[in-house]
Amino acid sequence: MVERAGAIDVHGLWKIFGPEERRLSAPPVDEPSAAFRARTGSTIAVRDLSFSIARGEVFVVMGLSGSGKSTLVRCLTRLIEPTFGELRLDGEDVRAMDERRLRELRRRTVSMVFQHFGLLPHRRVIENVAFGLEIRGEPKGERLRRAEEMLDLVGLSHVAASYPDQLSGGMQQRVGLARALAVDPEVMLFDEPFSALDPLIRRDMQAEVKRLHREQGRTMVFITHDLAEALKLGDRILVMREGAAVQLGTPAEIVGAPADDYVADFVRDVPRSHVLTLRWVMRPLAPGEPAGDGPAFSAETVIRDALPAAAASEAPLRVFEGGVVVGLVERGRILGLIAGAGEPAAGASESV
Amino acid sequence: MGVATAAAERARLGRPSRRLLLALLAGGAALLWVVFRGTGTLPHDEGSPVFSALNELRAWIDANRATNPVLVLLIDVVRGAIDLLVTTISDLLHAIGWPGVTLGMGALAYALAGRRIALIVLAGFLAFGVLGLWEESIDTLALTLASVVLSLLVGFPLGILAGRSDRFHAAILPVLDVMQIMPTFAYLAPLVLFFLIGPASAAIATAIYAIPTTIRITALGIRGVPETTIEAARSLGATPFQVLRRVQIPMARRTLVLAINQTMMMALAMVVITALISAPGLGASIITALQKVNVGSAFQAGLAIVIMAIVLDRLTAGAADRAEREDRSGRTRDEAARRRIVIGVLAVGLIAVLLSLLSGIGDDWPKALRFSFVKPVNDLSDWVKTSFYDLTTGLKDLVTYGLINPLQAVLVSAPVWLVIGTVAGLALLASSARAAVVAGSALLAVALLGLWEHAMITLASTLIAAAITLGAGLLLGIAAARSDRYAAAQRPFLDAAQTMPAFVYLLPALALFGPTRFTAIVAAFIYAAPSVIRLVEDGLRGVPAGVVEAATSSGTTPRQLLWKVQLPMSRASLLLAANQGIVLVLAMVVVGGLVGGGGLGYDVVAGFSQRTEFGKGLAAGIAIVLLGVMLDRVTQAAGARRDELHAAHGA
Ligand SMILES: Nc1ncnc2c1ncn2[C@@H]1O[C@H](COP(=O)(O)OP(=O)(O)OP(=O)(O)O)[C@@H](O)[C@H]1O
Ligand SMILES: [Mg+2]
Repeated sequence: MVERAGAIDVHGLWKIFGPEERRLSAPPVDEPSAAFRARTGSTIAVRDLSFSIARGEVFVVMGLSGSGKSTLVRCLTRLIEPTFGELRLDGEDVRAMDERRLRELRRRTVSMVFQHFGLLPHRRVIENVAFGLEIRGEPKGERLRRAEEMLDLVGLSHVAASYPDQLSGGMQQRVGLARALAVDPEVMLFDEPFSALDPLIRRDMQAEVKRLHREQGRTMVFITHDLAEALKLGDRILVMREGAAVQLGTPAEIVGAPADDYVADFVRDVPRSHVLTLRWVMRPLAPGEPAGDGPAFSAETVIRDALPAAAASEAPLRVFEGGVVVGLVERGRILGLIAGAGEPAAGASESV
Repeated sequence: MGVATAAAERARLGRPSRRLLLALLAGGAALLWVVFRGTGTLPHDEGSPVFSALNELRAWIDANRATNPVLVLLIDVVRGAIDLLVTTISDLLHAIGWPGVTLGMGALAYALAGRRIALIVLAGFLAFGVLGLWEESIDTLALTLASVVLSLLVGFPLGILAGRSDRFHAAILPVLDVMQIMPTFAYLAPLVLFFLIGPASAAIATAIYAIPTTIRITALGIRGVPETTIEAARSLGATPFQVLRRVQIPMARRTLVLAINQTMMMALAMVVITALISAPGLGASIITALQKVNVGSAFQAGLAIVIMAIVLDRLTAGAADRAEREDRSGRTRDEAARRRIVIGVLAVGLIAVLLSLLSGIGDDWPKALRFSFVKPVNDLSDWVKTSFYDLTTGLKDLVTYGLINPLQAVLVSAPVWLVIGTVAGLALLASSARAAVVAGSALLAVALLGLWEHAMITLASTLIAAAITLGAGLLLGIAAARSDRYAAAQRPFLDAAQTMPAFVYLLPALALFGPTRFTAIVAAFIYAAPSVIRLVEDGLRGVPAGVVEAATSSGTTPRQLLWKVQLPMSRASLLLAANQGIVLVLAMVVVGGLVGGGGLGYDVVAGFSQRTEFGKGLAAGIAIVLLGVMLDRVTQAAGARRDELHAAHGA
């Protein structure tokens, strides 16, 4: 994986929509969102968010409709102006940037893919892909060459001369993806890019994003309200409700240890054995305890993949990490987890 | 009956229904009229101090025109620049001459809108010559084009601003509303006051009339660009100007061309009216003919105006269609081939223009190729008038003696306070307290202007015309909503009626009824009915099919369906139809001052032609605006949907 810049630090971020925004001098930390709205008529769309995204990480933001996901992601490049809080990109203070620097940031460093594509219907596909380069004033030959490259990357070279409305939804979103890639950004923001697509195409597109991430290693912030998508793509997942963070953790943490009923509700239908690894169900080996001779697995093995072996073996599974046995997994624990009884022993997610 | 429902019933009875209040208001007003009639009236006073004050204002402006810096600026800079624009276009078209203009416009039409429309344009320009009105047509065309340029210069930037800024949009909408309910007649006099008679005043008046449309449609187009697309451009670091240049304007292209189309139609309609302040062209021919009651020669000029309207409409609408087709399907494969043909056609047109210019043929259309409708139409008009004398006179007398005269007598003999009170009460019941205050104040101002009696005469005609228009419009609208076949048959007539300049409506009325107040009412009916019919039909057809189906399935008769479902559910459209019908009727009743309509309209016309009457004419213009405001407010319940109508009612 290529090491790239693109770390994002957010601290105490607030966004308030409505007339109250300009009146406030400090965030209404003590007032619940509903009470605030009832009192002022203004909406707290993002409420006191803090998190850091590492370089090359895929950071997924999840939540129900209206929970403030789109607002959050737009605040990152100040397409929506945050009300309070700190915002840093590779250490540089985004909120202190002037218009010119901000445009520079959007032109070169951060690019975005939208749910409804936002393509220009009066331009050919290739010109759409080259649009970002045109905006930043690159010569025509150069930008068309680059756009062709990008179309190649997303497998659309054959429709370069078509107009967007001649393409299917999935193809249009590939154009949106190519347009965002064309400026060679360090960070890519996705606002529910695939929710307008049908399930099969969506799976293709998810694979596409995964592939691009594997090959290019860009930092990605990915908004979705589809849990399966979040689990498939995310290194970490931030769950939001009414603008505030409810939980931030790895997919396993979210599924294995939901922070509250809201998150639990989200993950209820996920087969946990498909997400959780053996680490989640193993019993740490007590010092001096014999490991036995059960089948051996790495700690990162997804439980589902260990099921046949567990079914066939009377002895507990041995869980290895760094070449040594760190724990044992008894069959009963796996069955208990699948049945949904009892919480797994280990793992508390990052508190937020 | 439960306690709760009984309480609700009492509460309902406690607040008398609006219908009851209206009946009380009508009854009370009638009673008061019987008791107080003839007292507290304001008979017309030629020597009103307002008139002389306005005359003095004019004298002062005339005296200081050369010295007062503001006036100098207006006259020298604004008037000078606009005059230059108009005369340049006009001189150029006249110098090119008829063969060049005809072929050049044909070539242009081919390039912009395709072969079919090029043929229409060619035929139209040939028709101007055949009618023997080439020179007048070119004058009208030049003034229209100059006014459109002016309107677009002002309207596009403001429309774009209104499209991009919610604040500016909210601020400018009420201004546009006021501009659009002002009867066109009203602002000619003040313009003349500042800019004198001439092309500049005519072009400015026309631009004032057309600009609201330009701004509205432009803003609509810019606002129609999806937010996501704009956001996508911003996310790529586009500057606001880049967003405008590369996203909003190209994506709104079709609507912007439509804005040009509508601006042009509005401009043409108004250019014809500016003949009242001595603008040359077809309007002048019509006015001369109208004043001589020469129906044939008015028809000749009217026909030329209609042809010009069709030519300009098809040309710009065709260009808009092409813009849309290109946006949708992308340029076709044989793009290059077509471009070569277009360039060829344009080259031929250019050569024709140059040859025609060098030959110096000018406006000299061959005499042998002319055809005049003057005599046949006059003969026809005379024949109709004599053959149907009983019918037309009967109808005219019926309405005049049966409706106009009695209503006029009531209004003129009623005490001023009673009229104002009744109107304010109506506004209160029909709309709101604020509407009542505005409507009452408007009438009070009319009284203060010294034009009460004339205003009541105009009001009487307007109310009668509005009643006829609304009644007939409702029936025809219902018919159209219930029968697709009838609607299809009626539509071309409505389309035609809505693209025609206002003066044209006077012609058939004049041909049938001669110069009377009734003529103005008929013209107003023809002018306003299409909008009313459209709105009624749209409203009824807008009732969701599901609701109609549910009612039908529970066994309603078509009649019950209409009365119990469709009419109540389309209440908003019906109210809007009433509001627009009345405002449009007023505008036309006033124009009827040209053909014996009397009242305020006549005062305005007299103000243009006689210097001593200037003050009264100007005051009458203001009084017309006030009447318009009053009528609009009283029927304002539907005002919120006015925008839609302006989109629907082209010219
Ligand atoms: N421009 C705006 N003005 C006022 N309120 C807004 C604006 N944009 C968003 N909101 C409000 O802020 C809250 C968060 O909206 P946001 O669009 O960020 O939610 P979301 O999580 O992206 O929802 P969805 O899944 O439907 O896209 C909502 O209550 C919304 O109504
Ligand atoms: Mg969203």
